[in-house]
Amino acid sequence: MKRSMTSRRTNLMNYATYLLVIAFFAVITVMNSSGNLSSIMKGMLVPICAYSVMAVSLNLTVGILGELSLGHAGFMSVGAFTGVTAAVALGNHVSSAPVRLLVGMVVGAIFAAIVGVLIGIPVLRLKGDYLAIVTLAFGEIIKGIFNNLYVGLDSRGFHISLLSDTTNLDPDGTLIIGGPMGLKSIPTIATFTSGIILLLITLVVVFHLVNSRTGRAVMAIRDNRIAAESIGINVTKYKLMAFTVSAALAGAAGSLFAMNYTTMVANKFDFNTSILILVFVVLGGQGNMMGSIIAASALTILPEALRSFSTYRMLVYAIVLILVMLATNNPTLKSFFSRKKKTDVPLDPDEPGDGDEGKEAV
Amino acid sequence: MKKLLSLTLALLMVLSLAACGGGTAETTEEAEGTETTEAAEATETTTATGDAFKIGGTGPLTGPAAIYGNAAKNGAQIAVDEINALGGDIQFDLRYEDDTHDAEKAVNAYNTLKDWGMQISLSSVTSKPAEATSVLNMQDRIFGLTPSASSVATIDGKDNVYQMCFMDPNQGTASAQYIAEQSLGTKIAVIWKNDDVYSKGIHDTFLTEAADRGLEIVSDTTFADGNDTDFSAQLADAQTKGADLVFLPMYYQPASLILAQATGMGYAPKWFGVDGMDGILTMEGFDPSLAEGVMLLTPFNADSDNEATQSFVAKYKEQFGEIPNQFAADGYDCIYAIYQALTNASATPDMDAATLNDLLIEQFSSMTFDGLTGESMTWTDGAVSKDPKGMVIQDGAYVGMD
Repeated sequence: MKRSMTSRRTNLMNYATYLLVIAFFAVITVMNSSGNLSSIMKGMLVPICAYSVMAVSLNLTVGILGELSLGHAGFMSVGAFTGVTAAVALGNHVSSAPVRLLVGMVVGAIFAAIVGVLIGIPVLRLKGDYLAIVTLAFGEIIKGIFNNLYVGLDSRGFHISLLSDTTNLDPDGTLIIGGPMGLKSIPTIATFTSGIILLLITLVVVFHLVNSRTGRAVMAIRDNRIAAESIGINVTKYKLMAFTVSAALAGAAGSLFAMNYTTMVANKFDFNTSILILVFVVLGGQGNMMGSIIAASALTILPEALRSFSTYRMLVYAIVLILVMLATNNPTLKSFFSRKKKTDVPLDPDEPGDGDEGKEAV
Repeated sequence: MKKLLSLTLALLMVLSLAACGGGTAETTEEAEGTETTEAAEATETTTATGDAFKIGGTGPLTGPAAIYGNAAKNGAQIAVDEINALGGDIQFDLRYEDDTHDAEKAVNAYNTLKDWGMQISLSSVTSKPAEATSVLNMQDRIFGLTPSASSVATIDGKDNVYQMCFMDPNQGTASAQYIAEQSLGTKIAVIWKNDDVYSKGIHDTFLTEAADRGLEIVSDTTFADGNDTDFSAQLADAQTKGADLVFLPMYYQPASLILAQATGMGYAPKWFGVDGMDGILTMEGFDPSLAEGVMLLTPFNADSDNEATQSFVAKYKEQFGEIPNQFAADGYDCIYAIYQALTNASATPDMDAATLNDLLIEQFSSMTFDGLTGESMTWTDGAVSKDPKGMVIQDGAYVGMD
């Protein structure tokens, strides 16, 4: 009886999340067609979608799998660089922008997934916080690689060189990845609609994964690894599965994000970006996908909305962030809400350490 | 209960801070000396108010590159104040937004300015953000003149984005030429940042030109974001190979550490920098005596006898309490170049951005401009042509080398 009630509530929550995303899309579309949407808001629509996908995918690792990842921006970076390369390469043959965007995101997701598996295989066998350390290093390594990688394309095909530009392209060729110059002349084909579609796909994937046999195994591992092992769950396999899905979604988001700008450098996807995404997850609530989306959107808009404070902008941003963290952890408020909901906050492993990380990032 | 109380108190603090923030914003806008600020505040539409030209720019006003953004902004502000004080038909309303030297933030800052009703854009102060915003300039048909974004990609393929500074490749070539012509060194070491567009652009062209000129490069070492605090390895390499001149194509922050660490290890070669080195003297916590004898290539000399330069330097010192660097002069020149173009075209503030865009393109492709950073400047395909000046730091100030 209890179980069915819980799953019904979870389902309700999932539908509410879909509804929220669709409602957001509808409101923005209506505002846009009636000309009420400001340029600044228009410019932030794709980043909001990309960051939401990042937050939801990291939430899969942090909230559902219970492992701390400090290099999620690294997967975003892999997705961005490989996805854009694919989209540029396709530019000569396919003129349809949505197709190129789709291929770019799929390629980005595949490469990010491969990297995720490579990192996951050795690390996820271990107990403890090793994943946090390794992903931290991974983020830096990826940054270093893309800062020294040169990829060019001309009529003879791809040319790749490391450290210095020895691609020797034909005059008609384009240098897609230019070392520290990053991605140049990216086709800006990302649209808000494609962002919303990616976000909805991400939600479908994550919710189905969580509600499946795999998801329950993953959560069993999170709650008690020894107990899970004792009933025959293959810990490494399920951890790897969840981690790879998370990486793939981040790769797709990175690809989408990059194709919203004409230029993108590897340094953009540094430790700070990883922490920013972790802040979205912690603020929105671990395991709470709707919270992640709201937090990602709010914290993307907030620094822009605070522009009227001029120099005090980041200070006010920090204070607002701390206040929200305090308010969401306030026992009086919590008891008020839990009285309304009565029981059952299914996924809320409150770790005091996470709050501190949030403040550091500011 | 206690928690709630503290939360309320914290909230009050934020509100009071907000009041402070609002207050300063108002005073700065009053200082601009235009009567249009109120109207601009009230109507946040894309149509012009009809009283003053709205000029907007983005730059790093906070963060590690803040000296550049603030200098360009302050320089432009002085020019705007001067022009507005003349009381002529052309009045300006200047607004700068922070982009923290990040392309994503720069696009947001640009869009904020567009919502404000920007008619003419000062693009972005630093290269990477400018590459992102100049595409928007092109799409929205808003004319852009960047004070200091020097990368090639900023103006490449855009008909309405112009530069007030040299392009990166030109700086490398000019530096090598200068060193060879003045025979400043025989064995040269280069330390550069290999994850930075600016540094790499100058490094590559410097090496090509140095080879042509027969300069001997004995040491070529790099650093990157994250390992930019300890330069002992790079300096030791240069020292053991007997370099008598070290070329530093980088921004002033790592350069300040290199100078300090070289002094610490008793290595005293000649130092040669480029325009990114500009700003080192006004950096907080930096001992200017360390930079004694450093040479750099910059188009602006604050010690010049030129009357316009002296008046600008005096005003800058009075308002902002420091000697202006090249970025401030670039910002100042940008406003005056736009002023000259608008005057020639007899443009009026009620024109929309697209009309102004066409007029300004026409003017900039044909006019000659005399500014603080160079005389009889002309533009071809957005790039400026002007002569760099060699400067050397003596007693905490730039002195012309010629």
